[in-house]
Amino acid sequence: MAYPYVSDQEVRVLSTHFGDPSHRRVDTYVERGGYEALKKALEVGPQGVIDVVKDSGLRGRGGAGFPAGVKWSFMPKDSGKPHYLLCNADESEPGTFKDRELLRWDPHQLLEGCLIAAYAIGAEQVYIYCRGEFFETTQILAKALEDAYEKGYVGEDVMGSGSTIHVTVHVGAGAYICGEETGLMNSLEGKRGQPRVKPPFPAAVGAFGMPSTVNNVETLSAVPHIVKNGADWYRQWGTEKSPGTKLFCVSGHVERPGNYELPLGFPLMKLIEEVCGGMKDGRALKSVIPGGSSVPLLNAEECAACNLDYEGVQEAGSMLGCASVIVMDETTDIVKQVRRMVSFYAHESCGQCTPCREGTAWMTKILQRIEDGRGTEEDLDTLLSMSRQMTGTTICVLSDSAAAPVVSSIEKFRDEYLALIRRGERVGAA
Amino acid sequence: MAESNEITLTIDGHEVSVRKGTTLLQAAQEIGTSVPHYCYHPGMSSPAMCRLCLVEVEGAPKPMPSCVTQAQDGQVVHTESELALDMRRGVLEFYLVNHPLDCPICDQSGECKLQDYVHEEGREHGRSREPKRVFGRDDFGGDVLFYGDRCVMCTRCVRFMNEVEQDSRLTVVERGNRSIIDTFFEEGLEGTYWHGNIVDICPVGALVSKDFLHKARAWDLDHTDSVCPSCSQGCNVSLHTRDNLVQRIKPRENLAVNGWWMCDYGRMNYEWINAGHRLEAPLVRADGDTRAMGWKEALKALLERAPTAAAHGVKAVASPHASNEDLAAFQALVRDLGGEDVLYRLRVVENERPLKGFPNLARRRELAPNADGAELLGMTRVGDDDASGGLDEVADHDGLILVLGDDLDDQGEEFGRNAACYIHLGAHGGTAPANAHFLLPVTTFAEQEGTFTNRDGRVQRFWPSMETAGAARPPWFVLGVLLAERTGAPAARSAAESFAQLSSRVDAFAGLTYEGLGARGAVVNETVSLTGGS
Repeated sequence: MAYPYVSDQEVRVLSTHFGDPSHRRVDTYVERGGYEALKKALEVGPQGVIDVVKDSGLRGRGGAGFPAGVKWSFMPKDSGKPHYLLCNADESEPGTFKDRELLRWDPHQLLEGCLIAAYAIGAEQVYIYCRGEFFETTQILAKALEDAYEKGYVGEDVMGSGSTIHVTVHVGAGAYICGEETGLMNSLEGKRGQPRVKPPFPAAVGAFGMPSTVNNVETLSAVPHIVKNGADWYRQWGTEKSPGTKLFCVSGHVERPGNYELPLGFPLMKLIEEVCGGMKDGRALKSVIPGGSSVPLLNAEECAACNLDYEGVQEAGSMLGCASVIVMDETTDIVKQVRRMVSFYAHESCGQCTPCREGTAWMTKILQRIEDGRGTEEDLDTLLSMSRQMTGTTICVLSDSAAAPVVSSIEKFRDEYLALIRRGERVGAA
Repeated sequence: MAESNEITLTIDGHEVSVRKGTTLLQAAQEIGTSVPHYCYHPGMSSPAMCRLCLVEVEGAPKPMPSCVTQAQDGQVVHTESELALDMRRGVLEFYLVNHPLDCPICDQSGECKLQDYVHEEGREHGRSREPKRVFGRDDFGGDVLFYGDRCVMCTRCVRFMNEVEQDSRLTVVERGNRSIIDTFFEEGLEGTYWHGNIVDICPVGALVSKDFLHKARAWDLDHTDSVCPSCSQGCNVSLHTRDNLVQRIKPRENLAVNGWWMCDYGRMNYEWINAGHRLEAPLVRADGDTRAMGWKEALKALLERAPTAAAHGVKAVASPHASNEDLAAFQALVRDLGGEDVLYRLRVVENERPLKGFPNLARRRELAPNADGAELLGMTRVGDDDASGGLDEVADHDGLILVLGDDLDDQGEEFGRNAACYIHLGAHGGTAPANAHFLLPVTTFAEQEGTFTNRDGRVQRFWPSMETAGAARPPWFVLGVLLAERTGAPAARSAAESFAQLSSRVDAFAGLTYEGLGARGAVVNETVSLTGGS
């Protein structure tokens, strides 16, 4: 099968069975070695699981890149309270489409990861919080869960171990902010999807006020492989600080956009030129957003030296985020792109914090005015000073995310703003 | 307090020691620094969402919300640093992007926290050139009007209804800058008993009182500390007056009684204070003719007539709306004239209206402020729960009748007709008082100072907020003069002296001093049980 596009440079660990609908069946999954990792986990015990995941250096794939094993070790021991594992399947970051594919093609891989993680942190209940728009995906996952219950992988006495782990698929209503872990918990509890003030952190006071861990779909999907094959096996890919493979969601002006699983540290230009077949119609590269719409833009020069691991992208001046690579060529109107992104954040702001609630909407208006040819040069100063006051001043980082592309685009593509403001010239306007 | 519970930190260069768990905002208050804030309110949870109280904490990667950040030992905090000021300036500018700036027609103007903060440290000129978002107005039901465009989204109102009144009638709908406070479907605030408080805690003019709408500018109002006279709870309040009229009543903080709150019944029950039909001069009836007189002349005639009448027995009726001093002076005179028992009548309603989120706070069943005072003085409650009846023996009495404060609305034309002498001290006239031989004009609680004793035995002071009507005088003064004339002992020249006489005579009040009561009151050393209550 040629799941939409594949490349021989890929290292397919999580995405091995993308494009193969038969793999959704529990029997097929088990035939191919599925649920062996769970069995092994039940043998080595919770601390054994935490240790191997810690040693593997697996970092959170939701965007922050926090080491998963370390996060699990924050969960209190003997708290006497129920623990919860929350799987964040509310994939909403513009440019990101990896979790949907993981859910869709390999639901048992995720379930196995959830079960292992839940076992490790002492949770008897897992909630998989799915994005509201994932209709088909949720159905596939629900079917897989039903099968897993039937086979005794989920429920009371998991694989005869005496451990109880229940899994519930919860469907959100399609709000971006519910992908923020504390917003997710509020939404799960039936409250407004608004991030909570931290501290207390989820490991202390999480869902329903109980100790909770929130992990991304991709993180949990990697767990069975690590438990089964060991930390050293996982570390054969990637860099010292960013080990393993990662799904890269490439969109925009390339010949073959899609999901590609590559070792971390893969060079950005090689991804564009070789894996994705080069720029669309051979046009020149203008800018890349390497980690989803929340991170700063890179210009072509910065892209040239950028390796795709957590540290490498940071060095280049942006963030790896969830590795959603948005490629923009010379025909791209940066002002319009930034306005479009900021208006997304204005639409998705939960409205709690003043800088975000007011700032994102105000920014959208200013950018729209500039785009319409009625901007002034002072507007750029206003945008930059607003961005400063929207960064690090709110409960969650949504407003930071809105400010990041504004700041980086004004720094790196000021000429484009000025051409529009001074002469009414728009890139790409025929 | 154990020593380990104390931590010391530095705020704006001042060292301050606070208890563990204290927030930075509270710690700053300890040294007199008020960090601007909207969403924080001491009586509710802190969502830390207005982001106005951000302060700089050395070593922290980001400015911290001082309302929820707990003070740490050795912490160095700056509330006025360049970073903190810059952040506040930014937040204030964000607030004004969509604010209508309609201060000239806004009721909150002059007591608005947005006005205050922007004047103190906002930008000189806003930079927004964009069209503003418009929400318009909404009637929230009850006494509350909502001006959506002025709202700063602090959600204090929503949290008050959820956490304090615990009757969730308000919510935030929509999100982002389309967020707006709203009621549920057609259900507004009607039927809730404490919703007036959301107008008080709204830091801007988004929630305004229909009753007060466009009645007065905030800066034209005089504020006088007082005690709510509407029930036996004794909520600490402030009377806001202009043109010698009470324009509104606001709660005054007293954690031992009412926190920051007061009920809607007490808040709205003030028109009677402003009522125009007042007794303004002593009226003396003799030989079928009623004449207005000066005080001296009237009291002289009274002192001549009363003792003779008293020989046929003394009947006395007081009101639980009168102050402790008034009641005590009344009782003293009654006893001097040979009387003993003083009756009082009390309106008791069926239901209490508790405020669930605050301990021991309710609109009580006893709708008078000083029934406890009357009980402590040993007066006897008579009549029904609607404060009627119980006076049959008084009405036909042929000796001396003394009435203080009870308007006798239920009594007919025959009341006091047989009396040899009927003396009535009241603020208003009426059918029965019209029969009085001596109808003496006295002040309302809003025109005099004094104390009430609430249901928990807390003696609380109130202060005069209005000019007296005509020649009306405080009852304790009139009664004190009468007693002094008879006994030769000095009359009290102030409420404080009158209270001193009371506390030296009545055991329950022993040890209390008028000055010592302060603005928060003190508890008597005896308890009595009122008829109502839970």
